[in-house]
Amino acid sequence: MKTETKIGFILLITPLLLWLVLLIIIPHIDMFLVSIRERVGVRQYQSSLANYGTFFEEPLYIWTFVRTATMSILATLITLVIAFPASYYIAKMAKGRTQSVLFLLCLVPFWVSEIVRTFGWMILLRETGLVSSVLQWTGIVSGPVEMLYNDTAIMIGLVYTSMLFMVVPLVTTLESLDDQIIEAAYDLGGSGLSILREVIIPHAAPGIVAGSIVVFMLTLGNYLTPTMLGGKDSLWFTELIYLQFIVRFNWELGAAFGFMLLLLSSIIVWSVLRLTGQTLEKTMG
Amino acid sequence: MTPDLECQHLIKRFGETQAVDDVSFSVPQGSFFSILGPSGCGKTTIMRMIAGFLEPSGGDILIRGKSVLDTPPNKRPVNMVFQHLALFPMMCVADNIGYGLRRQGMAKAEIARRVEEMLHRINLPGLGQRKINELSGGQKQRIAIARCMILNPDVLLLDEPLGALDLKLREHMKIELKALQSEFDTTFVYITHDQSEALVMSDQIAVMNTGRFEQVGSGQELYYNPQTAFVAGFVGESNRWIGRVERIEGREAQVLTENGLTIFSSSQGSSLMTGDQVEIFVRPEAIRLSKKAENLDDLRNRLSGKVVSVLFNGAASNILFQAEEELEPIEVALPQSGEMTNLARGAEVAIGWTTDQARCFKWTDG
Ligand SMILES: Nc1ncnc2c1ncn2[C@@H]1O[C@H](COP(=O)(O)OP(=O)(O)O)[C@@H](O)[C@H]1O
Ligand SMILES: [Mg+2]
Repeated sequence: MKTETKIGFILLITPLLLWLVLLIIIPHIDMFLVSIRERVGVRQYQSSLANYGTFFEEPLYIWTFVRTATMSILATLITLVIAFPASYYIAKMAKGRTQSVLFLLCLVPFWVSEIVRTFGWMILLRETGLVSSVLQWTGIVSGPVEMLYNDTAIMIGLVYTSMLFMVVPLVTTLESLDDQIIEAAYDLGGSGLSILREVIIPHAAPGIVAGSIVVFMLTLGNYLTPTMLGGKDSLWFTELIYLQFIVRFNWELGAAFGFMLLLLSSIIVWSVLRLTGQTLEKTMG
Repeated sequence: MTPDLECQHLIKRFGETQAVDDVSFSVPQGSFFSILGPSGCGKTTIMRMIAGFLEPSGGDILIRGKSVLDTPPNKRPVNMVFQHLALFPMMCVADNIGYGLRRQGMAKAEIARRVEEMLHRINLPGLGQRKINELSGGQKQRIAIARCMILNPDVLLLDEPLGALDLKLREHMKIELKALQSEFDTTFVYITHDQSEALVMSDQIAVMNTGRFEQVGSGQELYYNPQTAFVAGFVGESNRWIGRVERIEGREAQVLTENGLTIFSSSQGSSLMTGDQVEIFVRPEAIRLSKKAENLDDLRNRLSGKVVSVLFNGAASNILFQAEEELEPIEVALPQSGEMTNLARGAEVAIGWTTDQARCFKWTDG
């Protein structure tokens, strides 16, 4: 490498490295150190795995942990199932203006902040909300119905928030599929379903995996939506972390929880990549 | 014998544009039929209607005597080799070739056997496990054809399949495609804008222009006996003049061109009248070239002048000849033997051609 290009390379890479080191690596190292110390007295600490022990001893923690993971996986799957036909329509069937308008529509929810958006959902779903009133007015139900503060509400909120992050990679990969290839499959005797299975999904696999990873991580780490739509007892793992850090001032346990969450998402992402035979480079490239 | 493919008064409109305008033709069994025309003339549209991806606005398509208009593309006994081949990049070569058989629900072992046999027939044995992006252009070409031929279609449609190849490979594939066609003994319908592809491979060629068939015939017929001005200009090289008919005598029309050149030409039975605007076509190789004017005394059209430039191109070399300043240069084929090879710019020469070699068509276009 020539010196000039070397300097250019260093200049380009420095901000990225600074960002990575200062904002991600250092805090995580620090957090890890916090998580493996135990308070034995006032301002007296010793290294131990006691915090992790606490996590595994308390069924509620483990239950919340498992529940958050399952719900996140479910939310990811639901998002995928809803986003795939929509993305296929945007990428392959819509033409010109319609295509860009539809794409923009997926972006609209992000023009308002997450908290305002979630409040919107609450207005719709609460006991005195729009949906409940309409149901009563049409006579389908006799009394007011509470649609907030349950798992369905959480799920709706999560899927809604995640949609764009699934649609973008799907549309991108589907657009790169030549129409002629789909036609060729028809020409050779393929039916709609077999083409979907043998041609379209294999082609879209990198997009499906990329979208799913992003949605899964966002969902797993989401705090606002589960808390607001699920209420006090939503039992979302991020809530436990928040509780330890802010309410209990138990940073040691909070940090240990944080690390468990990091471990969980890494394991799941890694196994999904292994299972689908994708690599991180392929899905993110 | 019923023809393999027959199109009757086929019409396709896209809104205002009439992409295919009342086209009828039939292709006998086992023949190589080409549709030749400039790009945008509606070739792909015809092809897509036959394959079933487009619904005709009018007319009928019959395969082995049966109308297929109500048959969806995945059930039609025709297969198509696409312009960009459209091989499945997510599958290996063997899976590509076996795709159609898998869709028919054939047993795995039987598919594997037939795929292997097909790979032998197209001279690519042992390549079954290759990925598509590891193949050369010519190999992809053969796989795309094999993928269709394994289904034994009544008709194979090919949409400019050589367009993406480089020149050398294209020349080679022309011969190979023709060989594959006689090997499989299947009806091929081939579309192209490249006249040499059509001329080399086809039994029959339809020349197409703005949605219509101008002339259907063998390569020789089109080349030596064009029926319309478009065919005369599109197939092969030609010198072209526009002029006015001065006198008619039997089949000979005496024409005065815009620049004041008088040409005796053949009207080929079309009814021309004095005063008609006409186009005249003369092929470079139909013009005789001589260093002495008296050698050409037996030719009706004679000119003396200078060589303006020599367009050397091996066996297909031409010279540009000009008689007088105000006349446009005429392209003349350069004979490869004898005294003419050392002809240089500025040399004094004479040229001439017979009445029959100058084809004259009524000029309609303003
Ligand atoms: N789907 C379509 N919608 C509108 N016009 C079309 C469509 N497909 C083709 N055309 C028009 O029909 C004409 C013929 O096109 P095509 O059959 O592709 O020509 P070729 O294959 O001979 O180059 C062109 O003028 C093209 O613009
Ligand atoms: Mg075309």
